[in-house]
Amino acid sequence: MSVEAALLCAVDPVGLGGVALRCAAGPQRDAWLAGFRALMGQAAWRRIPPDLPDNRLLGGLDLTATLALGRPVAETGVLAAVDGGTLVIAMAERMPGGTAARIASVIDARAVVIEREGVAFNAESRFCTLMLDEGIEADEKAPPALLERLAFHILPGEAPPDIDVSEARALLPAVTMADEFIEALTGAAMALGIGSPRAVLLALNAARAAAALDGREVVEKADAELAARLVLAPRATMAPPPPDSEEEQQQEPPPPEQNQDEPPPPDEQAPMPDPKELEELLLAAAAANLPPHLLDQAKLAALTSRKGGGRAGEARAQAKRGRPIGSRAGEPRGDARMAVLDTLRAAAPWQSIRPRPAHARIAIRREDFRIRRYKQKSEVTSIFAVDASGSSALNRLAEAKGAVELLLADCYVRRDRVALIAFRGSRAEVLLPPTQALARAKRSLAGLPGGGPTPLASGIDAAVELAVSERRAGRSALIVLMTDGRANIARDGAPGHARANLDALDAARAMRAAGVSCILLDTAPRPQPAARALAEAGAAIYLPMPMADSARMARAAGAAAQRLAP
Amino acid sequence: MMGGADAATLGGVDKVQAMAQKPRRKLVFPFTAIVAQEEMVLALLLAAVEPMLGGVLALGDRGTGKSTAVRALAQLLPDMAVVPGCRYNCDPARGCAMPADCSSQGDAMVPVPVVDLPLGASEDRLVGALDLERALTRGEKAFEPGLLARAHRGFLYIDEVNLLEDHLVDLLLDVAASGENVVEREGISLRHPARFVLIGSGNPEEGELRPQLLDRFGLAVELRTPQDLPTRVEVVKRRDAFERDATAFCERYAEAEAAQRARILAGRALLPNISVADAILEEASKLCMALGTDGLRGELTLLRAARSLAALEGSAEVTISHLRRVALPALRHRLRRNPLDDSSSTSRVERAVVETWGDEPNQS
Repeated sequence: MSVEAALLCAVDPVGLGGVALRCAAGPQRDAWLAGFRALMGQAAWRRIPPDLPDNRLLGGLDLTATLALGRPVAETGVLAAVDGGTLVIAMAERMPGGTAARIASVIDARAVVIEREGVAFNAESRFCTLMLDEGIEADEKAPPALLERLAFHILPGEAPPDIDVSEARALLPAVTMADEFIEALTGAAMALGIGSPRAVLLALNAARAAAALDGREVVEKADAELAARLVLAPRATMAPPPPDSEEEQQQEPPPPEQNQDEPPPPDEQAPMPDPKELEELLLAAAAANLPPHLLDQAKLAALTSRKGGGRAGEARAQAKRGRPIGSRAGEPRGDARMAVLDTLRAAAPWQSIRPRPAHARIAIRREDFRIRRYKQKSEVTSIFAVDASGSSALNRLAEAKGAVELLLADCYVRRDRVALIAFRGSRAEVLLPPTQALARAKRSLAGLPGGGPTPLASGIDAAVELAVSERRAGRSALIVLMTDGRANIARDGAPGHARANLDALDAARAMRAAGVSCILLDTAPRPQPAARALAEAGAAIYLPMPMADSARMARAAGAAAQRLAP
Repeated sequence: MMGGADAATLGGVDKVQAMAQKPRRKLVFPFTAIVAQEEMVLALLLAAVEPMLGGVLALGDRGTGKSTAVRALAQLLPDMAVVPGCRYNCDPARGCAMPADCSSQGDAMVPVPVVDLPLGASEDRLVGALDLERALTRGEKAFEPGLLARAHRGFLYIDEVNLLEDHLVDLLLDVAASGENVVEREGISLRHPARFVLIGSGNPEEGELRPQLLDRFGLAVELRTPQDLPTRVEVVKRRDAFERDATAFCERYAEAEAAQRARILAGRALLPNISVADAILEEASKLCMALGTDGLRGELTLLRAARSLAALEGSAEVTISHLRRVALPALRHRLRRNPLDDSSSTSRVERAVVETWGDEPNQS
């Protein structure tokens, strides 16, 4: 995997976009990187942090030099300098969406075009991108806009051998590919639930690069198989239907009708297997490399929810908009906005003793700069953790659903995000990750079945985990926990009231320790001591709702959310 | 660091002239080579013929060719005349709108601008702000125009408009509707023309636009990844062919492009002369009433879009058939709905069209 990806990428660095490597820093990754760098030869190699400001990334005005020389001095950014080489993005999982969008547009245009800060230029730049994604949690991912444009998403394994790819590179433009392969790869992508045509285009380029690497001018079956395995499989969103049943089932995604009774439309007499057959071969190749979550979602969840390691940083992203609240010393780079008056004020006392650059009326130095500070109203995510167990269902699951619906309407007005967690049976499940698409929230709620025992501790754990990850993203989170407080499944899945209750209290205390706000809506017919104790342990607002209507529940929770986001 | 004057000449006229001389036209995927996505293609053509339509909102999956289509359309349009060096894209025929800020004269031909609004852009990049460099080095209070000025007479394209902050979307729609950008900040007070076709795109699964904002886009289209294999293969083949050899690919479509361009120009010329009978006005209102759309914007857009379609097709007057064909994009986003009710507004419009005007008389 990692060897092939490196070799293909070295053969066609621009056409394949690059490689996303997901793993922590370490000797294995370093070895792979060193191997790849050797393959790329003498070309530029630029490593950037994820939050590079625009003027370093794209270019702009060099403020320090401009001030020193008293005339405007431009600087080019990394993206123009890396032309013909490799851009390495460290800690890609922390890259802000806006930065990723800018890099993506340079990749698409194959040129850096800037017109800002009084500087304008248009520089061709074609490069290959390596994203080093050190994410641990499932929500720490490299930006999707960039992932989509890189052919290979791999875990580093063996380092690539040091071979000379210059012959393959020279051969590449001459490589041809039969239409059957295009059809088969498109079909395979469709069967794997890959919507974007970019994936297929990257796969085509990968197949061509594979042929060139092998010293051939014609793409063969093995090349297409390799492309399917390397490019398509990691992007799959669904497992392909088993090949045998496909023809009878007439499932929606692969429409095989056309190919059943008549030969494929173009090129009747090509010496190729027909696209349908090819497609199945490619699917089989891809299946060997499907991402683990398709095959075993639970395993991945266990793998990615491991706590500890790499703090993604609690610190909230610095506000760049909102109400101005004074200024502080700092450089007006990137998104920071200069506080002009404060800057001038800082420079004023020194004017008589500073040498003044020619033509300048005032002498301003780097240390005079003041930038504005803003206070931003932070977004709120309401996490609904709903007890869908038998005891709750008996009591008032329907009522709780009604309350959640009213709360959702309320969230819609405030433009909050919502997430939905249900717990029943042996575990808690995130039915809906945080989203602003409230119609989806309603849909998943309506389909929520009730019944089974109550894994209360797991439910609280899941909600807290989600709240913490929301906080990492700079939003405040509110948990709305709806339960009757009667736990009977412990954290490890063992039945029994006593253990389960202890675990639930424990989870509630962890919630308090994490500092997450919570409202506990007691859904039992009359207030339960268990639920009250739970609320106390978790420092949650306790709202017993005997005979209460959903409207009252919603008002109570709405008021709490309001308090959270002044 | 760049080596001074020739690499990036700074300051007003020199810079822009240098850029205009540079052969900077890159080959863009031809508009006529776009496969499927008929609704998007039609909406863009209508907006190209009638810029007052109020922009296009395209909702759909990643990789359905939204930005390709916008860029392709801009490429299709004939070059426009500008005052060289004018930072506001002024039309030389009308004279510069910002004489105080722009000393240039004459005219030059430049491609129609397509300005991308990147996610996370700040308000001052959008509306413009104090020119830092001039303020600091020369102590002058000068205005540095923003993206709105650059988009004047062209297109402003916002990917993921649903993730853009509300106050920016408000501002954009306001400028798009009034055609003028009013700046009052940092001691700068000015207004400059900013007439552009606003194209927003986004994936509705990732967040919703407020209904007030939805309503202010002229047309709304829904895009889906084609679900049949032959179409998808064709999409991939054409894109691949384009990427392998853009020159040859564009050559193949040159004739179709020229024909489409002629159609748009003819449509633009015809547009002012198209008559709308009172009976047609009545029919448009009837449909809007049946759907219960709020306000008059629905009727207006429906009529404008129908007129634009008539112009594009070279007919002298608007007919029911024109109304019928633009009803979906003109109205689907204006229905009053429960935010939590996701029953498709597309089917509601389709139903209302059939109820008001009966079934389509023989699809031709």
